Amino acid sequence: MALPTYASPLQRIWYYAFRVICGLIFFYLMFPILVIIPLSFNAQDFFTFTPEMLALDPDGFSLKHYRDFFTNPDWQLATRNSLTIAPMATLISVSLGTLAAIGLSQSHVPFKRAIMAVLISPMIVPLIISAAGMYFFFSAIGLQGTYWGVVLSHAILGIPFVIITVTATLVGFDRSLTRAAASMGAGPVRTFFKVQLPLILPGVISGSLFAFITSFDEVVVVIFVGSAAQKTLPWQMFIGLREQISPTILAVATLMVGLSILLLATLEMLRRRNERMRGLSAA
Amino acid sequence: MTMSDTRTPELTGGALKRQLGRALRRQKLRALMLIAPLLIFIFVGFLMPIVSMLMRSVENNIVVETLPQTIAALDSWDVDSTELPPEPVFRALVADLQVAIENRTALNLARRMNFEAAGWTTMMRRAQREMPDWDLETDGPFRERVLDLHRDWGALETWRSLKAYSSPYTTGYYLAAVDLTMVSGHVEAVPDNQALHLMLFWRTAWMSGLICFMTLILGYPVAFLLANIKERHANLLLILVLLPFWTSLLVRTSSWKVLLQDQGVVNQFLVWIGLVADDNRLTMINNKFGVIVAMTQILLPFMILPLYSVMKTIPPSYVRAAKSLGANDWIAFWRVYFPQSVPGIGAGAILVFIMAVGYYITPELVGGPSGMFISNRIAHQWYVSGNWGLVGALGTILLLAVLVLYWVYDRVVGIDNVKLG
Repeated sequence: MALPTYASPLQRIWYYAFRVICGLIFFYLMFPILVIIPLSFNAQDFFTFTPEMLALDPDGFSLKHYRDFFTNPDWQLATRNSLTIAPMATLISVSLGTLAAIGLSQSHVPFKRAIMAVLISPMIVPLIISAAGMYFFFSAIGLQGTYWGVVLSHAILGIPFVIITVTATLVGFDRSLTRAAASMGAGPVRTFFKVQLPLILPGVISGSLFAFITSFDEVVVVIFVGSAAQKTLPWQMFIGLREQISPTILAVATLMVGLSILLLATLEMLRRRNERMRGLSAA
Repeated sequence: MTMSDTRTPELTGGALKRQLGRALRRQKLRALMLIAPLLIFIFVGFLMPIVSMLMRSVENNIVVETLPQTIAALDSWDVDSTELPPEPVFRALVADLQVAIENRTALNLARRMNFEAAGWTTMMRRAQREMPDWDLETDGPFRERVLDLHRDWGALETWRSLKAYSSPYTTGYYLAAVDLTMVSGHVEAVPDNQALHLMLFWRTAWMSGLICFMTLILGYPVAFLLANIKERHANLLLILVLLPFWTSLLVRTSSWKVLLQDQGVVNQFLVWIGLVADDNRLTMINNKFGVIVAMTQILLPFMILPLYSVMKTIPPSYVRAAKSLGANDWIAFWRVYFPQSVPGIGAGAILVFIMAVGYYITPELVGGPSGMFISNRIAHQWYVSGNWGLVGALGTILLLAVLVLYWVYDRVVGIDNVKLG
């Protein structure tokens, strides 16, 4: 979309104006995320930039909110819970989801569309409805307020993402490879682990990142299905924001932005690797 | 099918067909067996619980289980009658309540009836104090004694609503979900100062529509830019879209809360450049404005990504052809480019709308009372009132709306075409 040399002045103005508009929209997208990072180093308990901070005076900055996060037992419990719930929920949704995605990618699956609609539904149903429904269910089977109750409910919420990403990878999967493995005497299990899984691994990994972040971010369902002992990071943030907003939240938010950058970088690496592999096979 | 099958020499047409049929069945079965564990998991852990929760919206056992004799005796009493029910009804009431007080279910009844009309808790408390001492055989007639207990027993409304809400299945919660009531024995609108739900459904719909429109207005130029610059640059700029997408919803909501406060960064900036007086800071939070600003930013990536993936496939040669045939920039865009991007608009708009309609966290944290969505009302009914029937009824209506949109989305985009990131 380069500007041609024969462009009229009006076209020239529009060309730059359009870029400025897009720049402003990118600013709107990014600013809320970026602004909390410097604010989290505030030496005061304020949510704005103090005059000292604007003058870049070192006294205006401190790590006290981070110190609070790392020493406060509430935040520590929440972090521990988040870090034990999310991986387990991811493991369940990825293992069940990958199997189902492989099943769905076969050529003759009866009721394929209906099954797909059911498996994607946890992503579509408003969270408050899912939460209320699962509350009653997990209470009835005695899992309400337990670690496993929260893990299972989060696994359900993560499944649509695994299904979507893994089926997308399987679309490009060459089925003759599994047939070749089978014809050389490999059983279905061996074929899966030695041939199919390594090839669809990028899809499985990005699905698990989605499932992980879904659980790690989730607050409505955990409030309903969990009890105080399962309080997660987002839950603790939610309480903090609703009741008495404490600047420690900004430190936590900054750390969580760091985590999302990490996840995004991993995904980007996977995507590049995938592209390289495709380039190789095409050449 | 294995090699040995195809090599069997005596295979004739019919036998081959049978064998192929069997192989196909086996293949289907294997596919279903791979799907089965997950399908059962979702079915048992997600769909059934939601259906059974929604069923609570029509279940209404409490009244008839707590007051079986009274309800039976009320059968012959006409709701439009201007007379109180006769003595046998009062006698049945005392008999029922004595049992209920003994079983400690009387207050459940009060709680249930309180959802419809206030005052039942006091009536039950008084009954709990006095009634157990009454002797059914010797202490009659009961009509006057019950009326002395609490004057509401002498109100026609009490009996009318009791009769109206006595069936084991009720439409009462659905009526309540659309601001109607049966307390007088007939369906009528609730008083204006209590009517809230229709307004909230309407607000949820129009605000989601507006947010959807805003994401389209802001997302379209960005997606257009991304699709029309060098791929290397597009990949870099895409990070600016994907990072918000991957950032926790709580983080983004909290940063909006911080930004939009009276003492927040935006107000601080506006005061500093002199646009707003220090003592007259803008109220940008705990109202609709805050919700729209925050939710538009949060949902923007969900509009940009589908738009971008459609725009990437639009060949630039069409627009060039239009221009070479004499179209100016605007006509070439509007008549040639834009129609080809409509599928992306459809996909993004439905996705954003579906997500917005069910939003809870952001309206809860930055919405205040005037920015509340229907989900917040559902949560309120759950926590504060414990009115699970109404939760079910409001939830069913919301869910039906979402399912219709889901169906449209499936028609327009196809659920197997959903892409992420």
